[in-house]
Amino acid sequence: MSKIGEGTNPQSQEKRDLLVLLERAQSRSGYLSKRTIAELAESLGLSIGEVYGVASFYSFLSIKPQGRNVIRICKSLPCYLKNAQTIIEGVRKEIGINPGETTADGRFSFELTNCIGACDKAPAMMVNDDVHGDLTPKKISKILQAYK
Amino acid sequence: MSFDEIRSRAVSEWEALEGSDKTRIFIGAATCGRAAGAMALFDVIQKKLAEHNVEAIVGQVGCIGLCYIEPLISIAKPGRPHIYYSDVTPELAAQLIEDYVINDNPRPDLALGSTGEGEIEGIPRLFDLPMLKPQVRIALRNCGIIDPENINNYIARDGYSGLVKALGMKPEDVGEEVKKSGLGGRGGAGFPTGLKWEFCRKSPGNIKYVICNADEGDPGAFMDRSLLEGDPHAVLEGILIGAYSIGAGEGYIYIRAEYPLAIERLKLAISQMEEYGLLGNNILGSDFSFKLSIKQGAGAFVCGEETALMASIEGQRGMPRPRPPFPAQSGLWGKPTNINNVETWSSVSAILQRGADWYSGYGTEASKGTKTFALAGKIVRTGLIEVPLGITLEEIIFGIGGGIPDGKRFKAVQTGGPSGGCLPESLLNLPVDYKTLAQAGSIMGSGGMVVMDEETCMVDVARYFLTFTQDESCGKCVPCRLGTKQMLDILNDITQGKGKPEDIDLLQGLSKQINAGSLCGLGQTAPNPVLTTLRYFGDEYEAHIKEKRCPALACTDLITFYILPDKCQGCGICLRKCPSEAILGDKRLVHIVDQDKCSKCGTCLDVCPAKFGAVVKVSGEEIAVPSEPIPITPAKKGTEDSPESSVSDET
Repeated sequence: MSKIGEGTNPQSQEKRDLLVLLERAQSRSGYLSKRTIAELAESLGLSIGEVYGVASFYSFLSIKPQGRNVIRICKSLPCYLKNAQTIIEGVRKEIGINPGETTADGRFSFELTNCIGACDKAPAMMVNDDVHGDLTPKKISKILQAYK
Repeated sequence: MSFDEIRSRAVSEWEALEGSDKTRIFIGAATCGRAAGAMALFDVIQKKLAEHNVEAIVGQVGCIGLCYIEPLISIAKPGRPHIYYSDVTPELAAQLIEDYVINDNPRPDLALGSTGEGEIEGIPRLFDLPMLKPQVRIALRNCGIIDPENINNYIARDGYSGLVKALGMKPEDVGEEVKKSGLGGRGGAGFPTGLKWEFCRKSPGNIKYVICNADEGDPGAFMDRSLLEGDPHAVLEGILIGAYSIGAGEGYIYIRAEYPLAIERLKLAISQMEEYGLLGNNILGSDFSFKLSIKQGAGAFVCGEETALMASIEGQRGMPRPRPPFPAQSGLWGKPTNINNVETWSSVSAILQRGADWYSGYGTEASKGTKTFALAGKIVRTGLIEVPLGITLEEIIFGIGGGIPDGKRFKAVQTGGPSGGCLPESLLNLPVDYKTLAQAGSIMGSGGMVVMDEETCMVDVARYFLTFTQDESCGKCVPCRLGTKQMLDILNDITQGKGKPEDIDLLQGLSKQINAGSLCGLGQTAPNPVLTTLRYFGDEYEAHIKEKRCPALACTDLITFYILPDKCQGCGICLRKCPSEAILGDKRLVHIVDQDKCSKCGTCLDVCPAKFGAVVKVSGEEIAVPSEPIPITPAKKGTEDSPESSVSDET
């Protein structure tokens, strides 16, 4: 029977830390700047390309500055069948930016995302960690007001 | 404290709760309940109770699966059954406290059903409701019933007795028990779980890993989220049993970042296990030691594929690699690794608690046991269910799911997410198991079922899935990265009326090549939605290509909105509501749609008063309308109410 800790492979430990370190860096400064990526690469003895490769692979990591609040509208089939397009339009109108953009005041970033597992409440979106479901264009304004 | 002591304390705590002389109120507070407003109910209820100086126990439970009528609450007065109420707004919650808790009127008119001992006149038993009655809840056994944040609730309901039993057996016998149960991997492929364990156990090496795959990402799937939120310990107990049988000392739960509540509950559950000596060295006094960590994903669908998942745990880009070597030989950090999905692990703990024979009593000869399904799309009762394998699609969609809303006709059900297929009405009597679904061209998949009605265009659905695959392809292999791009371009053309007759052959050819040439399941199965829609809905492709017509009236490039001159009353509602300013007209003039400006949003059709019914949506046909607004025909005057007086703008 193996004992705890035996399984940790020190060589891979650095790489394992990379995703965690990137997640931490992002939660500190909101996004992963060129400088952060270069510093991480240096401290881990990796190439900048390797670190950038991981940073740009995952949709929850951002190499562009992010707003204080991130809106993620689900664009997968169950939401699409329940008119998610009108919600995307509604948010676009409400905050005046397109998906992939951040408002000038840094209050919101607006993303489209694949399934967030709230299909029972389609159409749905996440604002930061909160799920909002059974959306209608009318509900958007009130929901977003709560995020300063 | 020995486990027996832990258990007897947990049982007394549960019995004290059930037999409490205080009223108990439970609120379904999984993500689905919260999205419907459950969290606001806690305050309202507490406040109302305080107002009346009533002491009561107010707690939370997970999701019982009736997501379409959330928030749900249950109220149990001392010695009486739990009464469930649905669609509970803060006002209704306050009303129910007033009526039932204070004035002893259980409001049968508002109640959904009851559970527990005793009956109340006029209120049906909850588990006799059509959505619940056909279900056999094994993986979901505690969801919606226990407080997922209280390990004692789980232990009181036989929790961790499966682990205790396993630790008293030889590791290989535990695997044999799981083999005997017939359990297959519930992540989608259905590979026999016990056999998978055996490969890993027999693999040489002292260091082995087990992984729980909670990177649920199929569109339409939310089984794992709900299970982890509603009963995390059922999954964790399963992982421990598997690790013991395989000889793994360390494990990971790889969970997607989109599930913050599930992550929070897992963290809490793990700390409770540590406190009770269910993790760490010499678990429950045995020589089995185990460490379990949570690894959070970062938003990449492909990480649900096992080799990509392991790459992600190692901190790399989540890209799949060729198999063999299989994870059982060389997995995480090159060590033998066993990966099972959330639902599989929860079934494992139930099997060890109640025995392989009990479990294999459900299901069919070829596919044993039960399967959870998430019902979504155009279905009356969206939610989460668990049924014995072998049940028909019809029983699921119409019996449990209540059929199609708004009197519309069923067209297709999509099973298995982007790797699955769309099955037509003629297959509704198909018994659902791994083999039958594969024969029909789809797959069981993780359990998402997206129901589509007559207004859904199947070419558009296929296009939509290819958009998804394109988005989520990791880019490693050419057939997946570029092949799906080509397929998507062709499907875009077809849905825009630019399809060519040879496109069908081209799609089929590309499908074969992508299937044969892609490295991982995501790529190999990416053509399935196209292949099944071609197989069952070929006429829709033909209509798009040959007649430039979308039979479902869904593809915006192929539909046209017209205002019928003999029906338009010149009321002006459509003109005012049109977001594209594409409607011309004036009072008492027949309105017309400027087709160059029309964005095909359908607002005019929605707002045109039903008694006029002047707006129509057509595809593949032209309707003669005036080229500019003309006065409405005088014969119409006086036959209808004056539009100005009868039609308000505030529709």
